[in-house]
Amino acid sequence: MNDVSTPAVLPAAKAARPGSVSAPHALYRRHALPVRIMHWINVVALTLMFMSGLQIFNAHPALYWGESSYAGRGPWLVIGAREDPQGNPMGYARIAGREFTTTGVLGLSTDDGRMYAQGFPSWLTVPSHQWLAMARSWHFFFAWVFLINGLCYVAYTLATRHFRRDLLPTRADIRGIGASIADHLRFRHPTGEAAKRYNVLQKIAYLAVIFVLLPLIVLMGLGMSPRLDTLFGGWVPWFGGRQSVRSIHFIVAWLLVAFVFVHVFQVIVTGLWNNLRSMITGRYRVPRETAHE
Amino acid sequence: MNDVDRGARRRFLARIAAAAGALGVAGCDRLSQSEWFPPILDSAERLNERLAKLVTGRSAMAKEYSAAEVSPTFRSNGTARPENPEYAALAANGFAGYALDVGGLVGAPRRFTLAELRALPSRTQITRHDCVEGWSAIAKWQGARLSALLDAVKPARAARYVVFHCADPMEEGGQSPYYESIDMDDARHEQTLLAYALNDAALPIANGAPIRLRVERQLGYKHAKYVMRLELVESFAHIAGGKGGYWEDQGYQWYAGI
Repeated sequence: MNDVSTPAVLPAAKAARPGSVSAPHALYRRHALPVRIMHWINVVALTLMFMSGLQIFNAHPALYWGESSYAGRGPWLVIGAREDPQGNPMGYARIAGREFTTTGVLGLSTDDGRMYAQGFPSWLTVPSHQWLAMARSWHFFFAWVFLINGLCYVAYTLATRHFRRDLLPTRADIRGIGASIADHLRFRHPTGEAAKRYNVLQKIAYLAVIFVLLPLIVLMGLGMSPRLDTLFGGWVPWFGGRQSVRSIHFIVAWLLVAFVFVHVFQVIVTGLWNNLRSMITGRYRVPRETAHE
Repeated sequence: MNDVDRGARRRFLARIAAAAGALGVAGCDRLSQSEWFPPILDSAERLNERLAKLVTGRSAMAKEYSAAEVSPTFRSNGTARPENPEYAALAANGFAGYALDVGGLVGAPRRFTLAELRALPSRTQITRHDCVEGWSAIAKWQGARLSALLDAVKPARAARYVVFHCADPMEEGGQSPYYESIDMDDARHEQTLLAYALNDAALPIANGAPIRLRVERQLGYKHAKYVMRLELVESFAHIAGGKGGYWEDQGYQWYAGI
């Protein structure tokens, strides 16, 4: 960004744009209004899709590789309930043949004080009780919200050059990957001018989520449709088959959850209120320059 | 700010987050049970159907598999043996007395015995069955092409759906017989069959004997088992719960291609 040189100290902050030159420790405009709106729509849509998706999973809490669930080899992941050797009900998760006791969380959990055999617990699912039809209604409605919002976001980032300006790593970024990793490991955060730009690991994480994980989870969702899988003479086998597609959809959902955990962790350790404000009002207080650079 | 303040603030934030989460789940449950909200969610169903039909075309074929890929056993889901005295009597006699009744908006209503159904142009296909619950199984089906049967009964112009009335009651006391419906595009599709054989043997009772529907580009609950009567209609609003199928009346999507 090199077209704005207005000092961004309040009350002139409105004129400022991301990356503009400003006095240290001033409030400056970090996120444009459309980005902020689309970010929060995305939070709502992805949260509801994740929770309704877990409810859909609960209708058949097992995952397989290949086209079919009954190809002679068992599922690679099962969540269920059974009796332990003493005859007490227990919940378990079996992953690649290894079984874990998960009573209270997976397979067997409480809801309104009673134990239920259910894959994921009711506090993680929408709706909370076993109700596949309603979960599908939630999932597909918010799939459209998510898709339209995501397409608007991609169009916006390309049209406003937000993509090239803020998200695409520069040559200098690439050369600094090692240093950035070291900084992250030591919880050292950029200050001053550097704090106004995304760091290189942040850029890579955002690009991976926006252009790899999210399109992949959409594609894997579409691959479970018995109508859409007829395209191109059958494209689902490219990903291993219908049950593989269901497995990948599930795995990517949890990779997105992992991203959200790291993202929220970083938001907290680099200044919760400051970051939250920048995604709500747009204004971000640049951390005071320190000596470590 | 000192550490005590920080700790207190952190605990406060954690409590706010937990409360918001609980409120969120409870709020979603209240919305799910309201009268007004589910229809908004279900508005997406029309979009799903339009998108699926727009990008795939009406005659797109479901993938067919090789004999080696057939699942060792084809799972029986839902009804495994209809609790219906008339059906039991037919089954006891090897379905010799069975006849499929075809009526509604047709120019030539008639009944088809099993022998007549087997004499119609048929198709054999190895396809994948996807249940709405999430599992899939692959099996070989043989049956009469529904489009050939429709040609024989001369559908009226106004006919928009084929309704499948089944022998299996879904409630105790013989109430709520299973039923399903598909549109004419699916009814005329090359892979849509009135199946009478599964994996080279007569269709077992557990899988819908003597006749079940195969409508390959939709989920399992559309594939009505124990089909006794076909009715061509302009609208299914007057049938049972009015949503076009037993599970649809329970809230499942009529369009099950997704």
